[in-house]
Amino acid sequence: MNLLDVQSITMQFGGLKAVDQLSFQIGQGELIGLIGPNGAGKTTVFNMLTGVYQPTQGDVLFDGKSLIGLKPFQISALGMTRTFQNIRLFKELSVLDNVMVAGSRDISYGFFSSVLKTAKYLREEKELREKSLNLLSIFGLDKHATDEAGSLPYGQQRRLEIIRALATNPKLICLDEPAAGMNHNETHRLMETIAKIRQDFKLTVLLIEHDMKLVMGICERIVVLDHGCKIEEGPPVQIQSSAKVIEAYLGTDEDLQGGH
Amino acid sequence: MKILLQSMKTPLITFLVLLGIGLFIDIGVNAYIQLILIYILINMILAMSLNLVNGYTGQFSLGHAGFMATGAYTSAYLSTLIPVPAGGLQIFSFLLFAVCGGTMAALAGLVVGLPSLRLKGDYLAIVTLGFGEIIRVVLLNTSAVGGARGMYGISGPTDWTLGEWTVSKFVTGYSHAIFWVLVCFFTLWRLIRSSHGRAFLSVREDEVAAESMGVNTTQTKVRAFVLSSFFAGVAGSIFAHYANYLNPSSFSFMRSVDAVIMVVLGGMGSLTGSIVAAMFITIVPEALRPLQEILGVDIRMVIYSLSLVLLMILRPKGLFGTTEITDIIQWLKRKMSPGASR
Repeated sequence: MNLLDVQSITMQFGGLKAVDQLSFQIGQGELIGLIGPNGAGKTTVFNMLTGVYQPTQGDVLFDGKSLIGLKPFQISALGMTRTFQNIRLFKELSVLDNVMVAGSRDISYGFFSSVLKTAKYLREEKELREKSLNLLSIFGLDKHATDEAGSLPYGQQRRLEIIRALATNPKLICLDEPAAGMNHNETHRLMETIAKIRQDFKLTVLLIEHDMKLVMGICERIVVLDHGCKIEEGPPVQIQSSAKVIEAYLGTDEDLQGGH
Repeated sequence: MKILLQSMKTPLITFLVLLGIGLFIDIGVNAYIQLILIYILINMILAMSLNLVNGYTGQFSLGHAGFMATGAYTSAYLSTLIPVPAGGLQIFSFLLFAVCGGTMAALAGLVVGLPSLRLKGDYLAIVTLGFGEIIRVVLLNTSAVGGARGMYGISGPTDWTLGEWTVSKFVTGYSHAIFWVLVCFFTLWRLIRSSHGRAFLSVREDEVAAESMGVNTTQTKVRAFVLSSFFAGVAGSIFAHYANYLNPSSFSFMRSVDAVIMVVLGGMGSLTGSIVAAMFITIVPEALRPLQEILGVDIRMVIYSLSLVLLMILRPKGLFGTTEITDIIQWLKRKMSPGASR
């Protein structure tokens, strides 16, 4: 069974169809890329999958359950998580607290337990702290655990966002342009990180990215969007040679002759 | 059980120390200053509880006086139905009134919070401002609680004897107020350092990200608002029974603003900051009173406002920002320790 089954979802903002009848499937453990020129509707797709927007039409099945009508925190609880195109860390909180916020589902103690500092509170808090520190150390951020998240360099902030997403115990992680603004070396490290989390955490990954080298290098299958519609889907080799994709990115000969 | 005792150690010791200080104040200080002291304690509870909403959760409430009034009038009305026993038992009845006043205020907080916490920033401020005014106008027109004349003769703490000791009215009222200040402080302090508290902070930092990371943001905001209202109600109850008199004009918009000033001045997201600011805001206008006698004109508010403006220019994030006094002490310790010096 597919882990994620997107069934002809449409997102209409007033008169604008940002996404039109989009369907695609992601199987367990796959690494899928979602690409398309600027304004193609990629982030809108992410927002629909994670509950930030409700699709005007269509259905999304995750692990067999429909996500329509669910709020982002409920979708996160089902095991789908995301990072953001413009980094959205809790900037004034410590690096460790950023990760611990995301681990809140591991906590079952109540309000009074935390006020009275009961044994349950102490135990669960210790476990979550260890788990979060462990996650940080896997990605080499444990030395910065007490630093303010906003004070980290750009590349590390991107990595922290991925760590934070992992702390929600996801099955599927959606990465929204993780390589944006990164230089060659940082992108290379990111590729390794993505491959690593996929293996170590048995994750399924959905990736939006502009960096073609990254996308073509690690994705097994790519979905190409243009003006909200799927124009092509297939393995990287097929996408690279697809006339439709080249046309969407570079335009046609007619455009060239008609343009000024 | 052992862990529970351990966790109650610091609050208990603090309570006993403050109670000891209270016994000295009882002998050494006149009733006027004692009254100011109680007002400081009440303002501390108001400031700390408002800090939970405005500072830690990043919402903007301007209706704290409304919740305080709800608690004050509930508690005062209750005391007309349930007579306060003489002797040491009176403490329990005041505790009961405070809990009831706080619960009523919390219910009001739930009713206001559920629909309005979907709004953000300025809109929430206007809704809560409106709520505060509604409460005041309703009280003004309810004859059962005195209407515009106010409510007289609310039973308050009285002197009582414990063996050979006489426990004064002040010590009774003071220990009750101290008790709630500490309950408020330790509840919030510990809550902020738990998973529930991190949820508050994450809502302040970035609501969209918090929601995506599994935080139920609406529920989190309502929780903060209800808890904050509860303590505002408790503060109102203490106020009602110590002053023995309530008037709707005590709960005007200006009192909400005062609470906001304390939070901003102390630092949004600093409990100890709120405590210091509550002292400052309560003491300064009173301390400037003699100046009026000398000069013949009341320039208290001018100096008071000026000092606020100056403070905000010099410390735009409030006295403490988001740090606590304990952080500063730890920082000083590290600085002073011989290993750290170069």
